[in-house]
Amino acid sequence: MNAIQILFWFLSALALVSALMVLLSKNPVHSVLWLVGVFFAISGHYILLNAQFIAIVNLIVYAGAIMVLFLFVIMLMNLNKDTEPQKHIWMKLAGAISAGCFLMILVSLIKQAPELQAKTAMMKDGDIGLIANLGKALFSTYVVPFEISSILFLSAMVGAAVIGKKD
Amino acid sequence: MLLSIDWILFLEKLILIAIVIFASLGIALYTTFAERKVAAVLQDRPGPNRAGPFGLLQPFADGLKLIMKEEIIPNTSNKVLFILGPFLAMTAALMTSAVIPWSSDVHLFGRVIPLQIADVNIGILYIFAVVSLGVYGIMIGGWASNNKFSLMAALRGASQAISYELAMGLSLIALLMTTGTLQLGEIVKQQIEPGHWWNIVYQPLGFLIFIICAFAECNRTPFDLPEAENELNFGYHQEYSSMKLGFYLFSEYVNMFISSVVMATLYFGGYDVPFLNENLLSPNVAAIIGVIALLVKVVIFIFIFMWVRWTIPRFRYDQLMNLGWKSLVPLALANMLITGAVILWLGK
Repeated sequence: MNAIQILFWFLSALALVSALMVLLSKNPVHSVLWLVGVFFAISGHYILLNAQFIAIVNLIVYAGAIMVLFLFVIMLMNLNKDTEPQKHIWMKLAGAISAGCFLMILVSLIKQAPELQAKTAMMKDGDIGLIANLGKALFSTYVVPFEISSILFLSAMVGAAVIGKKD
Repeated sequence: MLLSIDWILFLEKLILIAIVIFASLGIALYTTFAERKVAAVLQDRPGPNRAGPFGLLQPFADGLKLIMKEEIIPNTSNKVLFILGPFLAMTAALMTSAVIPWSSDVHLFGRVIPLQIADVNIGILYIFAVVSLGVYGIMIGGWASNNKFSLMAALRGASQAISYELAMGLSLIALLMTTGTLQLGEIVKQQIEPGHWWNIVYQPLGFLIFIICAFAECNRTPFDLPEAENELNFGYHQEYSSMKLGFYLFSEYVNMFISSVVMATLYFGGYDVPFLNENLLSPNVAAIIGVIALLVKVVIFIFIFMWVRWTIPRFRYDQLMNLGWKSLVPLALANMLITGAVILWLGK
């Protein structure tokens, strides 16, 4: 077992445990913090795959910005057991079954995708995730979809500002 | 089970991490003392001078006092998160030091040891990520206290940090255009090269924006709204006592130290000594001189932090937001455009 394998198993365990705790913890603020833990573990996996840029952007965008907004909302709504409507046990069961089906479909899709078959993850030596290569790819080969998606974000932002206006 | 790990490298990094963390804490400890002395000088009074010669043992006395105080955890608060808050604040403050190049390589026992914990090629982004995580300590602590003033202060702190991160990021983009790399070690080496000035010469406006944002991110006056006593009693750490309060106060000083190091590294040549050719010296001597040079620059920045704190009064909250969104962001964008245009023009 070398250092990469140890890290891989550690990060996988961390990701799974944190993901379970997101679902199991009663307090929504705890859930948010466990979710931040999941993002950290996944960023660790990206680093093992030598995708440093994606790893750090994952942290900046998800852990640093989106989760802080989640925290804002949860703190101001002050959710707890008394105010939150409790769902019936059958509803929970139905939710679990449908989510399980969705998981099965995802796994089988990934297993059957011809793009992914007979490929192994490149540990340490893949270099498309490095910032220089990724930047070149984004701004030359994929420049049109990249710019269009940024316009999409801008329009979403303008939309949010318009909806959020008081009068 | 055989572990194939480079144990010497592991040990080397572990020692380096320990040194960096203890040095950061030690410097932060004496920064609290320096703050009181600087305040005293600016207000024309002697300042702490009882504990030890010139009051030099004052920080230890303060620390002892905080440790000995009664630990109070409010009854209604969320206990786990209440304890987690100061811990998060301190961790986020110390994490940034991982990517900072403290000096040139040291040659010891036939090994070349870089005085940098990790020279990752996303160094600046890493700093940015850790800065954006710093909000959690304030928010968790303020919310878990279950106190209206604390929550208000936490929300203020978080929105202030998020707003100023934006301008900070934009000012850094302009710097990246001139350096062409995100690797901090590489940025310092570029500045050391003969015929190349420090980055402050190429990015004066960018540095100005960066230092203002650094003040805001560290919650220092004039941007210390999260702890505005006359509006919020004491701020997000109102319910805290003993060493948990100490951690919050202390993490502010660690933050100040680390952001001074970052500013020195990015804009003022890091461990570079001006007008000195380091290649002529033996590598170990050059490394020691480098550390001292970096620390001198850091001390100057820390002094500026204090100087501003005891000179300029606090902003109002709407003034803070106006400055962030309506002045600094457009200014940083303009700086970015001008830098890009100049680089294009010179490149032709």
